This record gives sequence, C-alpha cells and structure tokens, in this order.
Amino acid sequence: MAIKQISIFVENKEGKLVTITDSIANAGIDIRALSVADTQDFGIFRLIVTDPQRAKEALESSGCFVSITQVVGVSIPDEPGSLAKIVNILARYNINIEYMYAFIAVSGKEASVVLRVADNETAEKILTENGVKLLEEKDIVSL
Amino acid sequence: MAKNYFQPEQETMPLEELRKLQSEKLVRQVKHVYENVKYYRDLMDAKGVKPEDIKGIEDLHKLPFLKKDDLREAYPYGLLGTDLKDCVRIQSTSGTTGKRVVAFYTQKDIDMWEDCCARALVAVGATSEDVCQVCYGYGLFTGGAGLHGGSHKVGSLTLPMSSGNTDRQIQFMMDLNSTILCCTPSYAAYIGETLREKGYKPEDNKLKAGIFGAEPWTEEMRRDIEKNLGIKAYDIYGLTEISGPGVAFECEEQRGMHINEDHFIAEIINPETGEVLPIGEKGELVFTSLDKEAFPLLRYRTRDICVLSREKCSCGRTFVRMTKPLGRSDDMMIIRGVNVFPSQIESVLLNCGYAPNYQIIVDRVNNTDTFDINVEMKEEDFSDIPTGITNREKELQSAMKAMLGINPKIHLVAPKSITRSEGKAVRVIDKRKRLGINI
Repeated sequence: MAIKQISIFVENKEGKLVTITDSIANAGIDIRALSVADTQDFGIFRLIVTDPQRAKEALESSGCFVSITQVVGVSIPDEPGSLAKIVNILARYNINIEYMYAFIAVSGKEASVVLRVADNETAEKILTENGVKLLEEKDIVSL
Repeated sequence: MAKNYFQPEQETMPLEELRKLQSEKLVRQVKHVYENVKYYRDLMDAKGVKPEDIKGIEDLHKLPFLKKDDLREAYPYGLLGTDLKDCVRIQSTSGTTGKRVVAFYTQKDIDMWEDCCARALVAVGATSEDVCQVCYGYGLFTGGAGLHGGSHKVGSLTLPMSSGNTDRQIQFMMDLNSTILCCTPSYAAYIGETLREKGYKPEDNKLKAGIFGAEPWTEEMRRDIEKNLGIKAYDIYGLTEISGPGVAFECEEQRGMHINEDHFIAEIINPETGEVLPIGEKGELVFTSLDKEAFPLLRYRTRDICVLSREKCSCGRTFVRMTKPLGRSDDMMIIRGVNVFPSQIESVLLNCGYAPNYQIIVDRVNNTDTFDINVEMKEEDFSDIPTGITNREKELQSAMKAMLGINPKIHLVAPKSITRSEGKAVRVIDKRKRLGINI
C-alpha cells in the first residue's frame, strides 16, 4: 500500500538544486509533494512524483545520488483537527513519526499528508482500522 | 637456543661485531661503487668525497644521497655495478608515480635477498615441515619472487599461487594444508572474508602464521585478519631498489621490524635538511646496501617516514627495529602541529570499508588550522534521514582521531562525486599556502 518517495542527496553547493529541478522538469514529471531536510553540509530532498521510477532514472543520469523510500500517504478532510486526529492515533500506538509533510495540491475537500514511520505496515493497519483513508500510487497521478 | 633463527650467527651478532662488519663492508662497497658506477662517482666527485675518505660507518654521512629521481634519470643501466653478463635477474617497481625503476641482481644478490626472506619466514615459525602458500604477485613485482625464494631456502613446501583466483587459493589452502600464508594484507583480509562467507571457521584451516606486506595496514586490520584466519599475522618491509621484501621483518615480539643490518645500513634523516637524526627520532628512512653487486645503492632515500629503536628485543636479535612506515616524506602535512600523512587516512578508510577516494582540505582560520576530509559514502548508508549519514560521519571521525591524534571534520559526499584523476590523484588541498605560511 505504501507510496514511493524519491530521496536525493544534495551537497550544500551552488547549482545542485537546479540540477534536480531541471532533470525532473525535462522528464515531464509532476511533483506532488516535497520536503527538504538539511544539515550544515548537505540536504536530503524528498519528493513524491507522478512517476518515481522514471524520475529516479532521470536524476541518476544527471549525476544525482538517489534512493527510493517507502512512505505512508494519507488523505484527510481539509478541516481543523484532521491532522491532530491521525497524529493522536499513531501516538496512542507508540508509533514514532520520523518526519511528515503535506502535498502541494489540495483538491476539493481533501488534504494529503506524507508520513515517514519505521514500520509502514503496522502504521497503515492501525490507520485503516481507525478509519483513515490511505493513498495509493494510482492516487498520486490523479491528485 | 636458536629456535627461530635462519642465520643465528648474523641475526644475534653482538652490536660491536655488527658495527665492525658494517664498517668493513661499507669501505669495500664504496670502492666498488666508485669504480663501477659512473653516475654515483660523479655525485661523489661533485661533493668532493673520495672512497678513501670513508673509513667506517662513522663516515657514512659524508656520502651523497640517492633519490628516486636519480633512479629515473639513470634508467635503465646508469646505476649498474657489474657487467650485464654477470646479472641473472631484473625486478621492477610498479611505476605508478612515474617511470618504472628496474633493479638488477647477480646470483649472489638473489641469494642474499632470499636469505633475508628466509629469516622472515623462520622468525614466524616456518620450518621444512611447513607448507608455504605464496599469493603475492609473481613477475616483475618482488613480492612473489622474494617469498618464493625464501620459502625454498627454508625448505618449506612452496605453493607458487601468485595473486588472484581466490576460490583456487582456498581450495589449495584446504586440500594441501597450507600452514604459512604470504600476501598483501588486503588480500589476506579478502581471503579471510571469503572463507567466512563460504562457511569455514578459523579453526577449519591449518594456517598458523602469515607474512603480509607491500602496502600500509593498521593494527585493526591485523586483528581482523588474525581473527578470520585463526593465525598470527606478521609484517614485512622491503623495497625493490634495495632488494625486495625482507629488508626488515617482524619477530614474535611484534614490536617493530628488525632490519637485516648485516646487509643494509639504516639511517633516519630530517627530510627537509638531510641532517642525520639520532636514533628514536621520527624522520625519513635511508638505506645503504652493503652487499649488493649489481644494483649497489648508497644512501638511498626511501621517502618512508619511521622511527628506529635499539631497545633490546626479547627474541635475541640484535638488529635495529623500525616502526611500520608512518607515511611518505613528500606527502607529509603538519596540521595543528601534528604530522599527518594521506596514507594514514587511506588506511583508516579501507579499514572502515570506504573507497580510498577522498580529499583533504586544510586551511587556517583565526590562527587555527582547519582539517576537513571529504569521503564518498557507501551506497547503503544513504537514506532519507540525515542522522543516518551524520552518525557514520561521527564514527569515521573517531576512527581518524584514534589513528592521527587529531580530529578532522568528516564530510560524507555522494558516491563517485570526488573527481578521479589519471595517475596521481589530487588528495590534498592546502589553502594555507595562499597565506604564505611555511608548512
């Protein structure tokens, strides 16, 4: 069920981000969500895209260092308290969230969130049992 | 006594006698070189030194040095000390940093070299009962030929495997009960690793000792090899210019390598000034070959930095001991007052499983040296979470600190992102030079 995230290692140097955005743009791939983790020396650029495999190939051919990470995607009502609800569910079951970020596009009444946890399967099972709607690969394209 | 000596008379010769022997041989050798090697005669004449000025080892410092560049310039026959018809063998250096160096040997030279290797083998316990597996490369490289010849002299059953084809190495090792292994330390580590992967335990093989040299290795690597192979691992030192492996070797004490002083005089000099340093000080190792006929080098600067010790060794040998080379004199950096060699950094990287592809950046900020090392991360260490990488950086930093005595800042960078260059790579960027600092 988990969705694929592209993780890209970015050295803290001029022009590195341009290489990434250009190669994704040139491959005609849409970015649905993104987040950046940074340290003094480097950053990790994380992307949810419409075609992860092709994005990985395009990035690698322009010299980027890329890996694919499985993450949990959830779709929640775009209203106050929605995010609090899923965070509470995970807290109740002692599931740590390593990081989370939201999708760029919001369609209608739904908002989408990416969650990175240690154990995807357990998290997905618990969220489903608690009535949270999970995102699948095919949902990413149609968002 | 004499359980672990090949030539006890020489190996345990009282120091006074040894000095007398060296002096006699030196006087004879200087005369031989002056008469037969025009290249060195010119150097002596330029310095105003005549053979009769050299009356014993106390006069050694009067002789001119030979450097690697001299060997290149004199290539191929310029330093030959005998007629070619008296030579029976050529060996050669790898030639990674420039033109190859070829060394010539008479049969007597070969015998002396093989005796040195036999001493190293006997010191680790080799006898005629042993099976000695030689997996140094055979050919121009001196590793294979040297230990092969030494093993013959000892009378061990010699397996001339050469390097590579690890499956076959392991098959012979198991089927023919090899007891002594001779190869580079990295290959020994690889064989140990492969044995473990194949499901062999250390006690499944009959090996008891190994002689590993020809490249830098650390104590950690020694312990790994010993554990995986179930043996005691010994170091050996040598260089083609002087003969090959066996110029110095470790005894069971493993506190430095005994230099075969009846054949070679060792000096330690300040690499900057050429001044001879007292024993115990760190400096560049210089060798004078006392018995070589065909390629008789006097005061050859090895560029290896090490320390000598005359402290009495419990093995009974009187030969001076040298530490493992700490680096090359031409690569030495002084950072925060500490001598640092790229080779040390390289061996830490290899021991920690990193590619030996790195870049050192030294600068001076607020009157303090900064010391940064860029290292290519392992593919499997990259994940979407930064702490995965920063933890690896901290581990590598502690390993570096343990080896160097000072703390570098480690930066893991993407695999294959450090430029690979043909030939000698640019490993060090010393930005202090722009400040005009004398380093």
